[in-house]
Amino acid sequence: MKRRLLAGAVSAALVLTVAACGGTTKNDSNSAGGGAQSTAQANPNAATKEGVKMAFLPKQLNNPYSDIEVGGGKTAMDELKGQYKLVGPNDASASSQVSYINTLIQQQQDVIGIAANDPNAVCPSLNQARGTGMKVVAFDSDAAKDCRDVFINQATTEGIGEQLAKMAGELAGGSGEIAILSATPNATNQNAWIEVFKQQLAKPEYANLKLVKVAYGNDDDQKSFQEAQGLLQSYPNLKAIVAPTTVGIAAAARYISSSAYKGKVAVTGLGTPNQMREYVKDGTVTKFALWNPADIGYLAAYAGVALASGQITGAEGQRFKAGKLGEYTIGKDGEIVLGPPTVFDASNIDQYNF
Amino acid sequence: MSDTRTRPAWLSRLASWDAAVIVITVLVLVIASGAVENFGSSRNFTFLLLDLLPIALIALPMTFVIVTGEIDLSVASTLGLTSAVMGDLWNRGLPIETIIPLCLVLGAVLGALNGFFVTVLKLPSLAVTIGTLALYRGLAFVVLGDSAVADFPRDYTSWVTGTIGGGAIPNLLIPLVVLALVFGLVLHATPIGRSVFAAGASEQAARFAGIRVARLKFWLYVVSGLVAGLAGVLWTLRYSSARADNGLGMELAVVAAVLLGGVSIFGGKGTLPGVLAGVVLLATLQNALRLQDVSNEALNVVTGVLLIISVLLPNIVIRFRAALRRRATT
Repeated sequence: MKRRLLAGAVSAALVLTVAACGGTTKNDSNSAGGGAQSTAQANPNAATKEGVKMAFLPKQLNNPYSDIEVGGGKTAMDELKGQYKLVGPNDASASSQVSYINTLIQQQQDVIGIAANDPNAVCPSLNQARGTGMKVVAFDSDAAKDCRDVFINQATTEGIGEQLAKMAGELAGGSGEIAILSATPNATNQNAWIEVFKQQLAKPEYANLKLVKVAYGNDDDQKSFQEAQGLLQSYPNLKAIVAPTTVGIAAAARYISSSAYKGKVAVTGLGTPNQMREYVKDGTVTKFALWNPADIGYLAAYAGVALASGQITGAEGQRFKAGKLGEYTIGKDGEIVLGPPTVFDASNIDQYNF
Repeated sequence: MSDTRTRPAWLSRLASWDAAVIVITVLVLVIASGAVENFGSSRNFTFLLLDLLPIALIALPMTFVIVTGEIDLSVASTLGLTSAVMGDLWNRGLPIETIIPLCLVLGAVLGALNGFFVTVLKLPSLAVTIGTLALYRGLAFVVLGDSAVADFPRDYTSWVTGTIGGGAIPNLLIPLVVLALVFGLVLHATPIGRSVFAAGASEQAARFAGIRVARLKFWLYVVSGLVAGLAGVLWTLRYSSARADNGLGMELAVVAAVLLGGVSIFGGKGTLPGVLAGVVLLATLQNALRLQDVSNEALNVVTGVLLIISVLLPNIVIRFRAALRRRATT
């Protein structure tokens, strides 16, 4: 009995000590140390430097999409008479990019253009790079805000939602029933775009458009195909299917192209030119949209050289010129939006290969 | 394996592959410092050490496991699962001082599971650890999905990435050196080490000599898991990012370094200094060739060729010697 009491007392004392010790938890104020924010003033009239060494570090090498992105970067670096370099891991894991950043620091590059696999894992290395005077341009997928100078965003949620609504309105002839074929019910991007799409439909110019259903193909080819079939069985008067996912748009187009609805029901949304080419050629699809990955790399290169030349520092409201893309203004948090998505149709689809 | 038993042990050691690897590693370091621009800088030295650290850590117990004739391919997945659990517990508001010991225990438990399958159920370790490689990685994704946890306390993350007195030597080198000394002494200067070699040379003979081979192997797997768990904790803090895919594919880098360091995949043979040289050699080549803008594919080719040579050369030497002896006797 005594022993048991003693044991109880000891364990209670232990629990108390541990509880009193506390420790560092998530809720403790975790002041993130800011990066080496440049205090230098931008001089918009500074001369554009030649021979700027910019290295592109995509999520992984030999990925068709990344290859087109950095191809655009190379084009721009050639125009700017800079030195383009491409490095990167073979796998898109979080930490694999870090040792490449370290190598680039050693090689004393002027600018790093990075599509971050993990916004935080690359942070300490990027800030080390900035500490040595290098500039960092994130593109496609952002690094944490305090470890890069600017971020090239391919498209805004609003831009995509508005573009989808515009195409749906045109293709449906301004009135009638339309349906959406999305990815999964909880896909963050798709849901955000659909939300904007619905807000657009509330506007007077789309008053006669009726969104009858949002179907989900789970980004699975077969399921998307069946969902497209199901939509037309349930809504025979459908004017257009809008698929804000590359899997959905291709499956819907494949179904329509092989059915009696070809030419009667429009398919549009977000797709890549290579997967949609045959459906544009055979008349199933009139137009669809996506941002042009080559332009992302192109803009990243121009932003990088503008940073290296001191024309911009990444502060909101600064402006710079980006060759054929025209002039850009830096938005909040150093974000630079590429612009509205590119619309592909029979007249221009053959200029793109991705 | 024919061994020349006439010469003292240290002499045949000198002519062995692991000694050769140490010499080659030193040569490569010297040549790279001279020939590769920016290689010799103190910052690059820090990068190099930080990059090879997790591989070196995990290679220590892996050396023991492979010397006993077994293998543990689940180490990188153990690292990933530990990292994922660490992130999950942190999200749940546990203090980091509690999470770290829990993660080390988790690593040991994962290792014990391997040990149980291999030593109690007598399953082949290659099959078992390929299985747990997939299992542990899968669990890591169950725990954390494809999200990442990043807001670990700065004191910890900055210590892990920091250097001693702001110099070139990473703080993390201290635990690595301590562990390397402990593992090296145990393997080469204690009865445990002798049992490990005996078990790898001939399990039956070792059993007849009274060595509890199964128990020994079980504890080696526990230590292997524990160290992989530690590597997972350090990895997470170094990159301030707990993710399910951390350390993906690293088990092969570890096994490659161990074999390159002169450990026989059939067991019974190898030295820890050789293994550490193997780790440094692979990391140095990678670092130096990257500075020279050599592509990944070429890097893989170099690593592959090196591995083949490390397996081939000792065999060629042995055959050559045997042929010489045959000629001397006829």
